[in-house]
Amino acid sequence: MIALSDCLILGALLFSLSVAGIFINRKNIIILLMCIELMLLAVNLNFIAFSHFSGDIAGQVFVFFILTVAAAEAAIGLAILVVLFRNLSTINVSELDRLKG
Amino acid sequence: MSQTLLISIVLAPLIGSIIAGLFGKKVGRVWSHRAAIAGVAIAFALSAWVLKLVVVDGQTYNAQVYQWLQAGSLSLEVGFLIDALTAMMMVVVTFVSLMVHIYTIGYMHDDDGYSRFFSYISLFTFSMLMLVMANNFMQLFFGWEAVGLVSYLLIGFWYKKPTAIYANLKAFLVNRVGDFGFILGIAGVLMYAGSLDYQQVFDFAPAISEKTMTLFAGHDWSVMSVICILLFIGAMGKSAQVPLHVWLPDSMEGPTPISALIHAATMVTAGIFMVTRMSPLFEFSETALTFVLVIGAITALFMGFLGLIQNDIKRVIAYSTLSQLGYMTVALGVSAYSAGVFHLMTHAFFKALLFLGAGSVIIAMHHEQDIRKMGGLKKYMPITYWTALIGSLALIGFPGLSGFFSKDSIIEAVHASHVAGSGFAYFAVVTGVFVTALYSFRLFFLVFHGKERFDAHGHPPHEPANVVTMPLILLAIPSIVAGYFIGPMVFGDFFGNAIMVHAEHDVLAEHAESFDGAFSFIIHGMMALPFWLAMAGVGTAYYLYLKRPDIPATLQQRFNWIYRLLDNKYGFDNFNQTVFAGGARAVGTFLWKVGDIKIIDGALVNGTAKTVGVISSLVRQVQSGYLYHYAFAMIVGLWLLLTYFVA
Repeated sequence: MIALSDCLILGALLFSLSVAGIFINRKNIIILLMCIELMLLAVNLNFIAFSHFSGDIAGQVFVFFILTVAAAEAAIGLAILVVLFRNLSTINVSELDRLKG
Repeated sequence: MSQTLLISIVLAPLIGSIIAGLFGKKVGRVWSHRAAIAGVAIAFALSAWVLKLVVVDGQTYNAQVYQWLQAGSLSLEVGFLIDALTAMMMVVVTFVSLMVHIYTIGYMHDDDGYSRFFSYISLFTFSMLMLVMANNFMQLFFGWEAVGLVSYLLIGFWYKKPTAIYANLKAFLVNRVGDFGFILGIAGVLMYAGSLDYQQVFDFAPAISEKTMTLFAGHDWSVMSVICILLFIGAMGKSAQVPLHVWLPDSMEGPTPISALIHAATMVTAGIFMVTRMSPLFEFSETALTFVLVIGAITALFMGFLGLIQNDIKRVIAYSTLSQLGYMTVALGVSAYSAGVFHLMTHAFFKALLFLGAGSVIIAMHHEQDIRKMGGLKKYMPITYWTALIGSLALIGFPGLSGFFSKDSIIEAVHASHVAGSGFAYFAVVTGVFVTALYSFRLFFLVFHGKERFDAHGHPPHEPANVVTMPLILLAIPSIVAGYFIGPMVFGDFFGNAIMVHAEHDVLAEHAESFDGAFSFIIHGMMALPFWLAMAGVGTAYYLYLKRPDIPATLQQRFNWIYRLLDNKYGFDNFNQTVFAGGARAVGTFLWKVGDIKIIDGALVNGTAKTVGVISSLVRQVQSGYLYHYAFAMIVGLWLLLTYFVA
């Protein structure tokens, strides 16, 4: 039988993985976007787990909303990425230091 | 006496000044001088009328005509106090001013600043009238500063001449020192009497005289002495007493008419007038009177010596003015106010005459002022010669001329006085008589007698135009006759309540008893020491400068150190130049180099910028521009906050 804590541990692992992915990753900005998506999914997993074990369906409805928004976000993120590549001819994170003061 | 009459006296010269000054270009030269002269002539005529009203009809006037502002209990007003003293001053000022206005037509004939000059001297007349007619300290101070301003403008009238600019700056700065004391004195009056009105202050005088104040811990000073000495410091600046006299000889850089009007006859006597007006205050302070007496005596004697070695015709007369102002101050110091004012009046006439005569010589010499390059002018300029002779004789106190009466009454007053310092003062004024005669006739002989040492360029010098000689003649008349008013003015009650003398100081009273007419005064004077000293001075001058002109040169070499001392004017100028000017410059340099450049510019302005730069160059290292750094910072921040709030 899968307990609530198992699900939460899995969610926490996924979240930590994505955080590590964001700042350990120095190569590809697409990986960065994927890490963000993974972060959202980790949160979604928590929603579903709580919803299931508390018997409240509202949590699962929220997951649909989050997935929709995440899809839209990914679309915008990729669009920005395309423009970025056109302008700078690179998507290498360690070369994107234009915010430097 | 109506208010309209008094206001017209004051405003007539002001209107003349405005017309000549602001509209001088429009109305042209002739109408400029007509307007200015008309203004002063009206003022003179009305002043004479006022004098008649005061003296013959016994009227006086003391009222406010305009309130300028009211601040709490302090009320600043314009008001007139007309009594015998004021009326006499008004007539003297407007008369001399009128003569100088007329003379200026000839003297400034070719000058570009013709209208401007008329505007200034009319403005001066206005200011001086405001000063003498004031019935409160505020208006006195207004007139005081206004005459100082006009004096500044006129000394620097030829503003392209560096020496003139230096001289007018010097005059202004030295007067500032005096005015600082003066305004402190006025503040003291306001503080202790609670009013600026003369009459109210004088009513308060006995009460003030009992008070003391602590200036330095442990020493109590009589309030009256402090106030009177401060007021007198103002008079020292304006009336050029040692050590604030240094501006007057330099002021000769200005055109000659103003030397006659401002720096001999009228403005410099403002201090004498002021002390006389304040006699109800000065009478309560023996300390202040002694101070006045000693300063006056020093000025009278030592400034006379300086006249002996000057070679500039105007500077000789300027030092003579200083010395004569010293005589007047001495008279004030022994409480012989009426004798001081009497000398002020006679001096105004004969000194204006001497200056205008000197100006006439300067015109004839084509603006050469060195008396060593003159000589033998008697036959070319008879009118100037005779009027200058009258002026010089009046100055040395030749019996029968005006200066004799006024100077002798001062000397006798000093002789009778028992105020501390009167012994020294008596020595100074009696020796001063000899010195006065010596330098006056040295000048006279060198200019008008002896060999002709000038280079005429084929045109022998000649008497200038009538507008120049007429004022000389008109001034020569009062230089002769003004002395005969000695009876009422010095020994009588001409001044009435205008001058207050305490019985124990009243040195003139005992002379008044023995005085029986001007002619016996002459007879008496001819047997006294001062007359013989004056004659000895004239004789010495005759012998040294006409008979044996080689002796002065020998003396100069033999007593070189005395000559150098006199030539350096006792070192006052050098002292001021080194200590005050040099000190001020050193302080300025210090503030500039250290205060401004190092502290303000270096430490504060550039230091702030530098600190910001250093800090930001450190902080900018954090801002790498890499997303993962920012993300890391966010995570760490979030983690820290969570730890803080949850744990």
